[in-house]
Amino acid sequence: MSNITVEQKKLTINNITVEQKKLTMNNLKQYGMMLALFLIYAIFALLSDGKNAAPMNINNLVMQNSYVVILSLGMLLCCLTANVDLSVGSVVAFCGAAAAIMVIDYHIAIPVTFAIVLVMGVLVGMWQGFFIAVLKVPPFIVTLANMLVFRGLTMVILNGQTKGPLPQGFTQVGAGYLPQVFIHIGSTKVELLALVAGILVSIVLIGLEMRFRRNKIKHSFAVTPIWQSIVKLTVVIAVLNFITLKLALYMGLPLVLLIMFILILIYSFITNNTVAGRQVYAVGGNVHAARLSGINTDKVMFWVYTNMGFLAGLAGIVLAARNASATPKAGDSFEMDAIAACYIGGAAVQGGSGTISGAVIGALIMGILNNGMSLIGWSVDIQRVVKGLVLLAAVTFDLYNKRKSS
Amino acid sequence: MAEFILEMRHIEKDFSGVKALDDVNLIIKKGEIHALCGENGAGKSTLVNVLSGVYPYGTYTGDIIYRGELCKFNNIRSSEKKGIVIIHQELALIPYLSIAENVFLGNEITPHKGIIDWDETERRARDVLSKVGLVNEDLSQMVNTLGVGKQQLIEIAKALAKKVELLILDEPTAALNDEESNILLNLMLKLKEQGITCIMISHKLNEVSRVADSITVIRDGRTIETIEKTDKEIEEDRIIKGMVGRELTNRYPQRNSSIGDVVFEVKDWNVYSPIDQTRKVINNVSLTVRSGEVVGLAGLMGAGRTELAMSLFGKAYGKNISGTMMKNGKILNLNSIKDAINNKIAYVSEDRKKYGLVLQNDLKWNMTLASLKSRFSKHGVIKENEEIHATEDYRKIINIKTNSIEQIVGSLSGGNQQKVVLAKWMLSEPDILLLDEPTRGIDVGAKYEIYTVINSLADTGKAVIVISSEMPELLGICDRIYIINEGEIAGEVQKEEFSQERVMKIIMNHIGREK
Repeated sequence: MSNITVEQKKLTINNITVEQKKLTMNNLKQYGMMLALFLIYAIFALLSDGKNAAPMNINNLVMQNSYVVILSLGMLLCCLTANVDLSVGSVVAFCGAAAAIMVIDYHIAIPVTFAIVLVMGVLVGMWQGFFIAVLKVPPFIVTLANMLVFRGLTMVILNGQTKGPLPQGFTQVGAGYLPQVFIHIGSTKVELLALVAGILVSIVLIGLEMRFRRNKIKHSFAVTPIWQSIVKLTVVIAVLNFITLKLALYMGLPLVLLIMFILILIYSFITNNTVAGRQVYAVGGNVHAARLSGINTDKVMFWVYTNMGFLAGLAGIVLAARNASATPKAGDSFEMDAIAACYIGGAAVQGGSGTISGAVIGALIMGILNNGMSLIGWSVDIQRVVKGLVLLAAVTFDLYNKRKSS
Repeated sequence: MAEFILEMRHIEKDFSGVKALDDVNLIIKKGEIHALCGENGAGKSTLVNVLSGVYPYGTYTGDIIYRGELCKFNNIRSSEKKGIVIIHQELALIPYLSIAENVFLGNEITPHKGIIDWDETERRARDVLSKVGLVNEDLSQMVNTLGVGKQQLIEIAKALAKKVELLILDEPTAALNDEESNILLNLMLKLKEQGITCIMISHKLNEVSRVADSITVIRDGRTIETIEKTDKEIEEDRIIKGMVGRELTNRYPQRNSSIGDVVFEVKDWNVYSPIDQTRKVINNVSLTVRSGEVVGLAGLMGAGRTELAMSLFGKAYGKNISGTMMKNGKILNLNSIKDAINNKIAYVSEDRKKYGLVLQNDLKWNMTLASLKSRFSKHGVIKENEEIHATEDYRKIINIKTNSIEQIVGSLSGGNQQKVVLAKWMLSEPDILLLDEPTRGIDVGAKYEIYTVINSLADTGKAVIVISSEMPELLGICDRIYIINEGEIAGEVQKEEFSQERVMKIIMNHIGREK
């Protein structure tokens, strides 16, 4: 009798350690990408004599990469369904151009313009979704066609000219800051709110992790060992406060950082915690099984592309704001950056797997590469070569790993 | 009297430990039509695949002696060089190429190193096509515009173009109507006169006894007997007995049925093919299932059982569906799979990898996929704790052998994968379960466990419909069996009168009915 219980206990303990190992492995994989990010950053810090850690450069990194990050959130959903959206660069340009024309030529109030442009983005997405989900045209073709269509339309409405300059109320979105409170510590000027925000978010993160662990333990689910949580939190908090400190030493928190932050939270929540997110994974993983499980697969495809349109509209506003103008060539090859970000971030080419955090890290890797190579004076041509090779290496490595483990 | 063209000796072949062929011996005389008969999965197709080099030399044991010479085929090409051509059940024509191109596919006439001589191709194509009775065809016509019957003839013409000596036909008439079958069978007799030896695999015993000179019966991967046609025709009953005569040991759990009222009723159900909307796939099917009852759907492959089940499951298959479906006396109008699930109907698909599972996801995600909305979410947000609890419970209840509900299902064995699919549909809390080949390709132990799950589902008052191609399985676990053939209910057998011979007889009679 007691023997049996001992046996059983052994078994459950065994199970738990196996589960823990699995969780550890998952974590390592996720943090492997982060490690790559650090490594690249460190290499460029060396090569540029620390120039890429300068407060202004950190600020630039955030602002320059905001649109790619925003786009890669939507692109990840497309990638999850084993497709891509090639039209986003053109849609970004088109929406930015439309916004600039409305504000400059028609003097429409800026908030109204933003609302109209976001709706426009949604409509563009629905237009593509209609062809993809209802008429069953392959997304690659639909978005390729619309890449041409919207690039062309951008040229038409701008008459091939740059439209600018945009008023300050507009550029605020891409180049402005959250309210600033400067104080002086010794001879250095520091923006207080950025520091406070960094510390507050750190506290929230610790609280969330503790709640998460407590909940798991309450239901006797497997949890990773406590040291892993501590290491993870330490790293994340260190990075976070490094960034906020640097930003505090410059101009404080950029508005786009807040936009990105909120979007990342929302999209992480959607993919991790909602039925809608789960359905996207299922459709990408096995469309037949998803359909036979009662999922309306066409509807899923429709909303994935509609959402992409919305985010392209938003990125269009942010880009125009940052440049203080709309140009016919704006957003050129953004689709490729966003797609590359998703794949570098571990999204599977055959669909059904990938994470928001991965896509964001992928976008940041691309951003740090761009930024670092510019700082050390490599030409744009070489930059493309390097980015291409990094993408190739990342996906090859990922596929090789998966094949080995299966 | 006649010389042997082919002798296969002691052929054995296994698929990762499962014996598909076990000491098969086959002797084919020159110039005869030799039929291979046996149940689904008996090993007929495996045997001809060994012969034609689909499974290359070295992956099986035993000898193939063809024209007195030991053969070691590495691929289909090497067997074709010797004049052995196999025509598979699924035709291998390229739909968007012309008739002439298809006839010489892989065998192009290239007098000048890789450049096709189209005039010669056309002349020779016309020649072989006339041999199979296709005289006035436009050779540039694309193959996909032709019917299945003509496509089958083109396959044979293609074989003739390769100078075939031993022609193997796998279920050649399965997709043909009577008239087309007749043409094909006559052609086989004509080819025989021209000295071509023919091996045919067929379920249609009336056709077999009409054209075959000898019949070899295969059962459970072994050759049971070879029946020679002497003066009188070979009796179908004799073949059936050879096909099914296996010993039944205790492979099924004890079943004490407690059967209640009719809960599920289908009347005059008609379904048309979604591809060819003039073709009726299901014809006036009516059936009833009671609560606590396990009802089997027996039939040959392609009889329409899967199509029937899927059409009932929220019109997941078919066009122009008509008829009534009732649950607990109330008429159901299901227009989507979602409707079906909301009305507590579940369908466990026959191909778990293709239609049942998201292989790269873990157990947890797969198990809750069909009930995310109804059970595991609130306002679209997933209730993670409940999801973990429920899936953990089911993992234990149906004994899925894995360490964790977070294991990727693609890494599980077939039996455990099948259990995950079952768990997925059990979690949707259905009243009516349609199980399509629930034990295909899994080992005996796992099968027993699945049967136990089916029993316990019935015990809780659910109505269960099981489709299976393994007849002993249906006889072992069902309370009643409907026999489906060519989209119609060919008969119904009550538990008291269960026997394989009886079921086979009903199928054969139904096949024979049109003659």
